[in-house]
Amino acid sequence: MAVVSVQHVTKLFVRDEGEPTVALKDVNLEIEEKQFICIVGASGCGKTTLLRIIAGLETTTEGSILLNGSPVEGTDTDRGMVFQEYSLFPWKSVIDNIAFSLEMQGIPKAERREKAEKYLKIIHLEQFRDAYPHELSGGMRQRVAIARALANEPKVLLMDEPFGALDAQTRNVMQRELLEIWAETQKTIIFVTHSVDEAVFLADKIVILSPRPGKIEEVISVDLPRMRHRTAPKFAELRKHILESMEKSATIR
Amino acid sequence: MRTTKKNTYRNILIPFASVAAVIIIWQIVAVYVVGNTFKLPSFTEVVAAFITDMFGSRGTLPEDIAVSLYHFAIGMAASLIVGIPTGICMGWFRDIDIALNPIVEIIRPIPPLAWIPFAIIWFGLTHAAAGFIIFIGAVFPIIINTYTGFRNVPKVFIEAGKVLGCTKNSSLITKIGFPSAIPEMTAGIRVSMGIGWMCLVGAEIFGAGTGKYGLGKNLWTYYNLHQMDSVVVYMLVLGVIGIIIDILFRHYVNKQTVRWQNNME
Ligand SMILES: Nc1ncnc2c1ncn2[C@@H]1O[C@H](COP(=O)(O)OP(=O)(O)OP(=O)(O)O)[C@@H](O)[C@H]1O
Ligand SMILES: [Mg+2]
Repeated sequence: MAVVSVQHVTKLFVRDEGEPTVALKDVNLEIEEKQFICIVGASGCGKTTLLRIIAGLETTTEGSILLNGSPVEGTDTDRGMVFQEYSLFPWKSVIDNIAFSLEMQGIPKAERREKAEKYLKIIHLEQFRDAYPHELSGGMRQRVAIARALANEPKVLLMDEPFGALDAQTRNVMQRELLEIWAETQKTIIFVTHSVDEAVFLADKIVILSPRPGKIEEVISVDLPRMRHRTAPKFAELRKHILESMEKSATIR
Repeated sequence: MRTTKKNTYRNILIPFASVAAVIIIWQIVAVYVVGNTFKLPSFTEVVAAFITDMFGSRGTLPEDIAVSLYHFAIGMAASLIVGIPTGICMGWFRDIDIALNPIVEIIRPIPPLAWIPFAIIWFGLTHAAAGFIIFIGAVFPIIINTYTGFRNVPKVFIEAGKVLGCTKNSSLITKIGFPSAIPEMTAGIRVSMGIGWMCLVGAEIFGAGTGKYGLGKNLWTYYNLHQMDSVVVYMLVLGVIGIIIDILFRHYVNKQTVRWQNNME
């Protein structure tokens, strides 16, 4: 059975004047446990909206999201989220940011710091335990954001272009680290990106979203073994196919 | 090394020299140009008056300082107790904002001293009457800044909180809103303390208080007695205490938040 099931999801954003924006139109998607899903698509095609609906930060206009068969309503700790922009709490140190969800569970300070330590280790930032977010680089901040989401032990990790603001090299390092974390923690990951390259490198399954109105253009299974080589012919072939598919969907209208 | 030494030089010696220069000019002008203690008491006269007022058997300066600080404490405590929750509610809940905003905007422009008649009618000649005027002066900057701080909590912090299990309004306010709004709130409290200290003098001069002690109260008494040297003493004491309050507050706030605030200015 699918962990996450997106069923006939339509989302309209009503504006004060003019036509409402159709951000998503009848989107259906089944996501299996421990899968790594990438959602790609042009800017404004509804990627963030879909992710926010799954997270429970946004309601659907029509349709629903099922998590292990039961409909979701609002946010809950079974779905973690890493945001597109920097979202660490600037008033908390790295370790206390990671421990935030444990604080919300009412776990005493010493105990939750100890638990958070495990996730600090996963992201290799032990020496920044007591630093504050403004003292970290962009890549480090997103690593802490990942650790913070993981510390809540969600079933599904939602990631909205988490590496979008990073330079190409840091981005590649982060992608490798994320795959390691994924292998280690056995999470289901839904990862939004507009980099086709990133999607082919990471995903088990790539969902191509077409713009206005946002709907699923194509779902592609990637069965290249990991770690993947960006220079391999199969990698290039897949990338070309996806780019063509995206271009086609954009030029039809 | 050389630069730090040079800086100490600059930061200590120059201010010291300029204050000394003003005192010398003051003394010369008072003694040789004006030559009238009533119009301009000289520096040495003021020092002498300070010693009598502070340590003399009939001097009331210590009592005045204590009573004025007491008035100030009443006013500030009340304005924090009222202002912070009001600001939080207005910043967080849209309907409360819409409901309270016109009331705040109507009362806010009334100068605090215009409340003195009612302060005396409602509270009588008590410390609370003086405290009330300080409260009126201090509460609005606290409300407005707390409101702005809570209004401007970045949406992504609230959403990150929600996803991490912080879903109730009460915990969002205490765990996300409050820390995020702290820089704005402390700025408001600082402004409000400045205004409150100014209101204090007016309130005491116009008779709010028990009418015996208070820096503002006895500054006025000395004016009526034509003891202008003591008036200057009270003016300077008011100024110095105002600065000390500000420095202590800033020191306290910096110690609490400077680490994470560093580059958020
Ligand atoms: N809160 C909102 N109110 C009104 N319209 C919105 C809102 N959020 C998104 N939209 C609209 O919905 C559409 C999809 O937006 P969304 O943010 O999901 O796109 P995206 O695929 O994440 O884009 P990007 O790659 O630029 O992040 C856009 O046309 C956008 O203008
Ligand atoms: Mg987006």
